[in-house]
Amino acid sequence: MAGSFQRLISGRGTAVLLAGLGAGTMATGFLLSEKGSLAAEVKSKLYPPSCDFPDLRKHNNCMASALTPAIYAKLRDKLTPNNWTLDQCIQTGVDNPGHPFIKTVGCVAGDEESYEVFADLFNPVIKDRHNGYDPKTMTHPTDLDSSKITNGVFDDNYVLSSRVRTGRSIRGLSLPPACSRAERREVERVTVTALDGLKGDLSGRYYSLGDMTEKEQQQLIDDHFLFDKPVSPLLTCAFMARDWPDARGIWHNNEKTFLIWVNEEDHTRVISMEKGGNMKRVFERFCRGLKQVEHLIQERGWEFMWNKHLGYILTCPSNLGTGLRAGVHVRLPKLSKDQRFPKILENLRLQKRGTGGVDTAATGDTFDISNLDRLGKSEVELVQLVVDGVNYLIECEKKLEKGQDIKVPAPIAQFKK
Amino acid sequence: MAKNCHNDYKMKFSVDEEFPDLSLHNNHMAKVLTKDIYAKLRGKSTPSGFTVDDVIQTGVDNPGHPFIMTVGCVAGDEESYEVFKELLDPVISDRHGGYKPTDKHKTDLNFENLKGGDDLDPNYVLSSRVRTGRSIKGFTLPPHNSRGERRAIEKLSIEALSSLDGEFKGKYYPLEGMTDAEQEQLIADHFLFDKPVSPLLTCAGMARDWPDGRGIWHNDNKTFLVWVNEEDHLRVISMQKGGNMKEVFRRFCVGLQKIEEIFKKHNHGFMWNEHLGYILTCPSNLGTGLRGGVHVKLPKLSTHAKFEEILTRLRLQKRGTGGVDTASVGGVFDISNADRLGSSEVYQVQLVVDGVKLMVEMEKKLEKGESIDDMIPAQK
Repeated sequence: MAGSFQRLISGRGTAVLLAGLGAGTMATGFLLSEKGSLAAEVKSKLYPPSCDFPDLRKHNNCMASALTPAIYAKLRDKLTPNNWTLDQCIQTGVDNPGHPFIKTVGCVAGDEESYEVFADLFNPVIKDRHNGYDPKTMTHPTDLDSSKITNGVFDDNYVLSSRVRTGRSIRGLSLPPACSRAERREVERVTVTALDGLKGDLSGRYYSLGDMTEKEQQQLIDDHFLFDKPVSPLLTCAFMARDWPDARGIWHNNEKTFLIWVNEEDHTRVISMEKGGNMKRVFERFCRGLKQVEHLIQERGWEFMWNKHLGYILTCPSNLGTGLRAGVHVRLPKLSKDQRFPKILENLRLQKRGTGGVDTAATGDTFDISNLDRLGKSEVELVQLVVDGVNYLIECEKKLEKGQDIKVPAPIAQFKK
Repeated sequence: MAKNCHNDYKMKFSVDEEFPDLSLHNNHMAKVLTKDIYAKLRGKSTPSGFTVDDVIQTGVDNPGHPFIMTVGCVAGDEESYEVFKELLDPVISDRHGGYKPTDKHKTDLNFENLKGGDDLDPNYVLSSRVRTGRSIKGFTLPPHNSRGERRAIEKLSIEALSSLDGEFKGKYYPLEGMTDAEQEQLIADHFLFDKPVSPLLTCAGMARDWPDGRGIWHNDNKTFLVWVNEEDHLRVISMQKGGNMKEVFRRFCVGLQKIEEIFKKHNHGFMWNEHLGYILTCPSNLGTGLRGGVHVKLPKLSTHAKFEEILTRLRLQKRGTGGVDTASVGGVFDISNADRLGSSEVYQVQLVVDGVKLMVEMEKKLEKGESIDDMIPAQK
């Protein structure tokens, strides 16, 4: 019984270790502290990585595809400077096996250093998610010069609204999965102080989630600005809803065209939007606002997380690079029924969503059309791609209205290697 | 490793900066935690790395309800109750009727000490059940344990349970890989537990890695059941139809003691000390961790003006037939002991046996249109 029990509780590695210590079944008993629990260091010896390797056989996400026992063994006991671990990065992917049709990412960063310390996991995940982009060898271009955009005003008969969003993280503070209450409050303080410095068409005010009045709440809901406590297990299992609603809030300018979410899935989410098809103006405001906010935080000694391989560092690997999603709500009654529609979108590197955002269905003939890619192309490139793509879609719609035929465009090249 | 283990890094920030906003909260943790206590405890951690922020996360995330006072904190390991005693002792006192840090808890699992209990009227008492929890020494608790530990607990439990024989002979059904037929049978038997959805549990980290390492064991007779790695390492349940609580309790005590012997042989006995009794994840389950109860038909008594008072005096609690936080259906109530800590298993089950017997007699009186005023008991 002694031998079988020993084999039961440990992998082969530990059995060998314990045997080497001259220990029998009683080994675990003597390794216990006086009160009976295991100290952390002893625990990591008693449970080699093979004991802790997650069961990912039914999983379909980028983390599960990339994580091997060897990678896990190498990284399990490492810590970022903020004491964040691999297990914490992958918890969301372990808890959410995913869907056969939708491949989620399955891991998050707890801080900027996660992408470095756990690079053996994050690099293949990034490659998988971002069309083969290799962070070890490639560099990501950042370009926020909106003057370069051409043909950026759409036909209002088709495009109902235009929107560009991204995220920004404050360097030196842990990300939403890992941050303590003090860090989160610091993110809020740094951000709100900077935003209070915005002037002209960008001047506005902050609404803390915890303190807002019912009237303010209703107004924000009517404006489609309000975000609520995450219910998606993808986010809650990644510890992002802790301490809700402490230090969360929404800032927007008086004109309601520039909006910032504080401490939701990222430190900040920055959104520029307006009704109608003037994507150029939306992007111009986006770039101007971002640059001003960056300048304002730099005045106080802060900066955004960014590096030349990964671009802007955000919580989810899917948002690395530009973190940018530029899109429109566009009516395409005829084109959306054409069987070539999905292929046209695919070749244009565009994605359709319902008008409620990610994981919603389209209502009627109106779609949310936006860029698929985030990393490896600059902001200007991606927005131009959306502009050209949406213009093409509208052209197709007009052709179909006149009974003319449409063509599937050639696929757009991936980033230059 | 748990969520908040970067404790040293957090110490850079002041107490004021880290202290949670509990202004809208109504739970035991929120009532007890002051900045002073937080300041004293935030620099500490148990040997396995559990910190005060880990203890309180569930209470911070779940402000509670004006009418229902939840506990709002959990232990991550046996040492939590020692390392964080400045917080947990007052919580325990509030939850367990003024139990003091110097009090001693009596354990009595000698079923022969129970008087009566075999004659509850089956026309009224539909089923009888006793449950408790047990934590296995040498492992951290569900809010904190790693996959390796959880699997080791499962393996140890399977070995211990598989060695039982006679009336206890049975089989283990791991949650992972259960067939549809097995699953349906377990649901029909009311045995199956599912992934926790309550944020009280999910915010405490107890649903991590589901369903890895979780399962259900029951004997062939379907009267003795063990849940592995749900809210506690083990939840042990003895149950049967009808009113023979004496038999249910006998089986409970005998089964528990057999299991404990096997775990002790492997130097992994149950977590227990003479102050807190059996150590479990939630402070509300310390002591005996025992909930002994019946499903009983009390349509008339339950609508009587003094029903609540009678229950309080008998130190009993009512729930709906779906368990905690459910409503009663058709006048049938789940009646069980309210106390866990400060009295023994025998004492608590005796209260249920005596109290239910009395209430059934009251019900019969009310059926005949008679008054029950002279039957109202004194406060136990």
